[in-house]
Amino acid sequence: MGGIKTAGDLVFRMQLMKGMKIGEAKKYVAEKLGVTEYQLCDSSVMAEVRDDLGLGIQMPSECTPTGMAAKMRIEKALDIKINSVAVFKKKAGLD
Amino acid sequence: MDKYMTRMGDGSAVFMSLEEIRSDVRDGASDAARRGKIPPLTDSEIDHIVDIITMDGIVVGVRYGDQVVGSTDQGSDTVGAECGVSIDRIIQAQMYERGFGLDSSDFGFTDYNFKAVKSIASYEASYMERALDGTVIPLLYGGMPNLGFYTKPDGPVENWAELLPQAKIDEALAAQEQAVDLAVHDIVYVAEQMDAIGADGINLDTAGAAGDADFLATLLATEEIKKKFPNQGVEIGMAGEFVLGMHGKLTYKGERLAGLYPHKQVALAEQAGATVFGAVVNTNTSKSFPWNIARVCTFIKETVKEAGNIAVHANVGMGVGGIPMCEVIPCDAVSRADKALIEITNLDGL
Repeated sequence: MGGIKTAGDLVFRMQLMKGMKIGEAKKYVAEKLGVTEYQLCDSSVMAEVRDDLGLGIQMPSECTPTGMAAKMRIEKALDIKINSVAVFKKKAGLD
Repeated sequence: MDKYMTRMGDGSAVFMSLEEIRSDVRDGASDAARRGKIPPLTDSEIDHIVDIITMDGIVVGVRYGDQVVGSTDQGSDTVGAECGVSIDRIIQAQMYERGFGLDSSDFGFTDYNFKAVKSIASYEASYMERALDGTVIPLLYGGMPNLGFYTKPDGPVENWAELLPQAKIDEALAAQEQAVDLAVHDIVYVAEQMDAIGADGINLDTAGAAGDADFLATLLATEEIKKKFPNQGVEIGMAGEFVLGMHGKLTYKGERLAGLYPHKQVALAEQAGATVFGAVVNTNTSKSFPWNIARVCTFIKETVKEAGNIAVHANVGMGVGGIPMCEVIPCDAVSRADKALIEITNLDGL
């Protein structure tokens, strides 16, 4: 689907966590991000949406969240728990 | 008469007429229906596959918005271990994310099986944690149950493949049952290390490679992982379309495992707690791509229909999912296989 160029990573994350079907996972992510399911697959739209929300983009600048920082924002944007974020917060004394 | 370039199952190019392609598509779909005791494809689905095979262009694609996600079984090491590029797995994971646009990746040891990883699991976990720190896409830790590794001289269990020809049936069955216990223990042990550092999931790949005992180990390990670490996603990717009855009597939740095709396997994977099921349909190298892809679509369509709360990803790599059995796979066949699978079967990923 294009991974972080679109929203493929977010859609797959919902499948992996909840066993969601592709349509259900796309609908969930689209609603949470305030875009249409069609736009989820559009890299020109999603690059901006992801940049605005700090969800990780293909070509990050020095100010753009990447890796763990972006995943912490994904947790909030999708209202989910990400295992590695929980471990990171615990180790960093953030929870 | 116009001829269309397509492929044989071994990857070689072949030129076929429209009627030859249609005939092979029908035969492939019928073969799956007969073997799996499932409905064949409809006439319109057969027409659609023929259209996809004969479309202009080397690469074909799905309608906009119909894209599906992808998962992997390559250990984040394809570029390093397989292409021989001097690059480590952590960097490869970032490359798959930001360079290639993969939706997810699995991280694994070069000797991609849980028995091999057990003794270095804590080092693997540490490595995996650093990969997770620098990536956004879901990262699973992957490996194979690989029951064969538990047999002598590599493992502690008698080799059932040697015992069976000697008519030592009871001993062969017992050896497989012992190997199941050992494999489940190893898989869960590794999963525990991966859960501790926050892996997104565990990928049990090439499940059933050593037969029904191998598949049973996969299901029992999945059950145990979900019980102990409920936040872990589990993807089960099959080894082949048909669970070989090397044991023959093993069951899971009352269902005999030997002889199960993907549409029956998926229900067991779901019951065990897996969230993603990687269905496999083998490529027949002596048949054409039209024959193979129609057969694959027939099986996967039924698998998607039978799946409840579990995502179905078809395996579309070398020698499975209609993809020819050759080292460097041709993109004309890959893109046609992907398009046919997405548009005919409504599957959830590749």
